[in-house]
Amino acid sequence: MAYSDKVIDHYSNPRNVGTLDKSKKNVGTGLVGAPECGDVMRLQIEVDEATNVITDAKFKTFGCGSAIASSSLATEWLKGKSVDEALNIDNMEIVEELALPPVKIHCSVLAEDAIKAAINDYRVKNGLPELEAAKSHH
Amino acid sequence: MLKLPIYLDNNATTPMDPRVLEAMLPYFTEQFGNAASRNHPFGWQAEEAVDYAREQIAQLINCDPKEIIFTSGATESDNLAIKGVYEMYAQKGNHIITATTEHKAVLDTCKHLEKQGARVTYLQVNEEGLINLEELEAAMTPQTILVAIMYGNNEIGVLQDIRAISAIAKKHGALFFSDATQAVGKVPVDVIADGIDLMAFTGHKMYGPKGIGALYVRRKNPRVKVTAQMDGGGHERGMRSGTLNVPGIVGLGKACELARLEMESDTARISVMRDRLEKELLTLEESYVNGSREHRLPHVTNISFKYVEGEGLMMGVKDLAVSSGSACTSASLEPSYVLKALGLSDDLAHSSLRFGLSRFTTDEQIDYAINHVKEAVTKLREMSPLWEMFKEGIDLNSIEWAEH
Repeated sequence: MAYSDKVIDHYSNPRNVGTLDKSKKNVGTGLVGAPECGDVMRLQIEVDEATNVITDAKFKTFGCGSAIASSSLATEWLKGKSVDEALNIDNMEIVEELALPPVKIHCSVLAEDAIKAAINDYRVKNGLPELEAAKSHH
Repeated sequence: MLKLPIYLDNNATTPMDPRVLEAMLPYFTEQFGNAASRNHPFGWQAEEAVDYAREQIAQLINCDPKEIIFTSGATESDNLAIKGVYEMYAQKGNHIITATTEHKAVLDTCKHLEKQGARVTYLQVNEEGLINLEELEAAMTPQTILVAIMYGNNEIGVLQDIRAISAIAKKHGALFFSDATQAVGKVPVDVIADGIDLMAFTGHKMYGPKGIGALYVRRKNPRVKVTAQMDGGGHERGMRSGTLNVPGIVGLGKACELARLEMESDTARISVMRDRLEKELLTLEESYVNGSREHRLPHVTNISFKYVEGEGLMMGVKDLAVSSGSACTSASLEPSYVLKALGLSDDLAHSSLRFGLSRFTTDEQIDYAINHVKEAVTKLREMSPLWEMFKEGIDLNSIEWAEH
């Protein structure tokens, strides 16, 4: 498997690895994938409740290089975006940015799922209705 | 300076020993004759070289030189042995016994024969990778013509109890075939003492060339015959037609001679390195050796690093040429069927690395490998949500995972 330079860069120097306090009301956590499938992503966002802007994002991923890179890239893109803007991140943008081959597209799908799951968690915690699309890929 | 990447995948193939290459070279150019040409010195020279190689091989495995049938490699030898016995002994019965951890060349050959009417029993292995001798005995029937059990496993290196298995086969009047691809040249293999009737092996797993292998076929007590799988000039006592690969045969012969002379000293050195590698890597928490550590080839270790994904791990150990228990080429991951047969969960099977050392492996390479793997596993675990959960004492089985 030949990885693109961008995948190798994110794998070797992952951005925003870590853990946010999931008990905080303004932190949303998304945990997607399954160990037996070989991919588990946990993506977390911290939202400024006044402005609705994502001020911090962290991830931890169990998976291949493309899965790690997809989640690392996702955290980079999330920071500074409003929650609504973040919902528009499409997995194909990740595929394009990281030059993922067809067999690795599922990694980008998982990253998009993780973003939506994190946002959903944030919404539910703050009394907003659940997103309809949150489970669309399963 | 250490040259990277370091090759530790010697169960896939070994580099050729320069002494083997040297022995082969004249047979490509000056001594290019066809070993079947009986009318001129070119043919005689080639035949002489082949006969000499047969003796070198026979000495290593303690057989008669006439009992060696040259093939293109172990896959062909496996096919010839199993299909050849099935066809030759069709009148006696149609039952074959093998094990779930065999190489694909054995399993797929058996599956092929099932379509043609064979009945095949696939014995399970225990968590050590060993078959149960009582189950083997219970599976024997008057229709059983062949027991096919490998000598040493390619993924985990586990050595079956060959002498006990062959004794059971003999007691019930069945032939015993062993795929000894990983064992010949690495551990003492003696077809007489081991009670083997047919045995497959190949050059490129023991510092010889690729494209040359052999099938040992016993000539007395009992006299074993196999039906040829290719029609042609009737070479190799009619069991395998095709012009002999003289340079390859010379190389296989030389490799067997070197193995016979150097196996003991090689093993002493290699097993110390393997044990050191294993001991150091097991200092990582939640790492496990797969398969029996007691009954095992001296140059292999297969270790699972829990909470680290196999392909990510392979990427992290890019300075090492090793193989992983995960054949991940698509969204649907296929963990190694051998590791699954030991009872490993999918995630643990995915998280495994196989290290295969060789005669050319150095202490310096092992030092590097130890540090490199430790660093990669540690880094990936810091990035792994599963590791964090484990550290927090969360039972991963209690989580409802979203399968994708």
